[in-house]
Amino acid sequence: MATITPTKENATIKIDKKPFLSRYSKTQLSGFVTLCVFSVLLIFPLLWMVSTSLKAPHEVMSLSMKFIPEKILWSNYVDIFEKYPVWNYMWNTGFLTFMNIAGKLISCTLVAYGFAKYNAPGKNVLFVILLSTMMIPWAVTMVPLFILFKEIGWYNTFLPLWVPSFFGDAFSIFLLRQFIMGIPKELEEAAKIDGAGVLRILWSVVLPNLKPALAVVAIFSFFHTWNDFLGPLIFLTDPAKATLQLGIQSLRTQFNVEWQYMMALSVISIIPCLIVFFIGQKKIVEGITLSGIK
Amino acid sequence: MLLMNNSFRISPKLREPLTFYLLISPWLIGLLVFVLGPIIASLVLSFFQWDLISPAKFIGLRNFKEMFTIDPIFWQSLKVTVIYVAFRVPLALVTALILALMMNQKVPGIGVFRTIYYLPSVVSGVAVSMMWIWVFNPNFGLMNGALSAIGISGPGWFSSTTWALPTMILTSLYSVGSTAIIFLAGLKNIPDTLYEAADLDGASTLQKLFQITIPQLTPTILFNMIMLLITSFQVFTEALIITGGGPANSTMFFNLYLYQNAFAYSKLGYASALAWILFTLTFICALYVFKSSRKWVYYEGGE
Repeated sequence: MATITPTKENATIKIDKKPFLSRYSKTQLSGFVTLCVFSVLLIFPLLWMVSTSLKAPHEVMSLSMKFIPEKILWSNYVDIFEKYPVWNYMWNTGFLTFMNIAGKLISCTLVAYGFAKYNAPGKNVLFVILLSTMMIPWAVTMVPLFILFKEIGWYNTFLPLWVPSFFGDAFSIFLLRQFIMGIPKELEEAAKIDGAGVLRILWSVVLPNLKPALAVVAIFSFFHTWNDFLGPLIFLTDPAKATLQLGIQSLRTQFNVEWQYMMALSVISIIPCLIVFFIGQKKIVEGITLSGIK
Repeated sequence: MLLMNNSFRISPKLREPLTFYLLISPWLIGLLVFVLGPIIASLVLSFFQWDLISPAKFIGLRNFKEMFTIDPIFWQSLKVTVIYVAFRVPLALVTALILALMMNQKVPGIGVFRTIYYLPSVVSGVAVSMMWIWVFNPNFGLMNGALSAIGISGPGWFSSTTWALPTMILTSLYSVGSTAIIFLAGLKNIPDTLYEAADLDGASTLQKLFQITIPQLTPTILFNMIMLLITSFQVFTEALIITGGGPANSTMFFNLYLYQNAFAYSKLGYASALAWILFTLTFICALYVFKSSRKWVYYEGGE
């Protein structure tokens, strides 16, 4: 570390530059360069998408590729709202996302609390079953679920896409259980002595301590529902009920794909994910670490 | 509510199990209705011929016989999926491990890298598939544009029978960052004392990598390998959006073929039979990895 005395303010820039490189070893520097290259590879396609969404049609279909459009057409984004029911797509997607988050938060907290703090015969077997349901491919349950929802008249409604979330989700239950196990017993016992019931303890003792884990569940289920394509594809046929993902796909089925609009709608669908990602970033990293390591 | 009402007399011995089952009841109901019920129904359906209109007809093992003896697309979809898994899983593991190792070296801007690497995992969905179609567009795409700038005329990518599947494998690496971040967490758990001891013995960087880092990381490698295996067998959205299985079935993934049977051809029995083949295949692979892991996964204190 270069020691810089705060009094020599003029000299700091000079001193700082040289030690910066020498502070790191060769392997560190080559690692840094590789990481930079890889970052560019990941970011560039997204920027290309944004760039295309701002181009005029003749420039989209042009062999000379310009990264910055000759004329930046923000109007593409206005046009797309006029040409396609984008507000409708957003509302439908937002509604489903909200319901899924609410459903998972409520049901998974109850179930996770049960698994974390109560004992009963059969509990261990049930917990193994819970974990193994995460391994079942969706293809196995897809056909019977389709038939079931069709039989009870839920086909072409939003119901099959959110009602199941009120019955728990194995991954979220597991995550919350891990977290609840870490909450000290003393807190609950004090409340028990005061004569509080199970739900009372859950509400006033466990929940306030569970907020970070609940945030992780909410964030993950946001991404999951917002980006879900298969569910809406199977259960929704009415164009008025289409989600953003179906909406993007519907731009493609036309004879001639207008790529500037396709990319604009794609950008629109991605923005909420980016916002949630940047707000919840720290929590997400904690979440995957919590679920990934033991 | 029963849960809160202490005056409702239940013997104290029963109270705890009862509370447990009441608390987990939403999941239990969901398990029966949305998971176990459908699994049994799917197994039963796989022995039937049913198009939802005419009554279901029991045909014994004919669905399975048909896929193994008559249906060429079944074998093609199996081949495509197995090739995809066989290339994607090791490629993703190695790439993620390298990225994690580099991020673990106390390089500047680690927070920024972590953000950038994880970002593609949260924007998955149709938009990203569309992005790939556009980036790999043979005429106006970024990829061929960049290649022609250095004098190479690029292939048709997704529209070429030889390139479509490799391009799918390549684009799947876009979400490799989430695997890398799990590796990074694993790396942070390796005690520094091990490296300090190795330094005293004069071990080289490579020696430390293969003698300390990789062995210590094997539990994380196992976890990532299983997760990648399961998700790779289940590829669907990309296949449906980007290529629709083409050209000439060169990207006909198993789940895509299954989806077509169920919803395009209304062969619900056949689709269910296909699902069980996929389930069995995934299960056998995961089981094999687990069994072999006893030989290569290092556990502290030997489990």
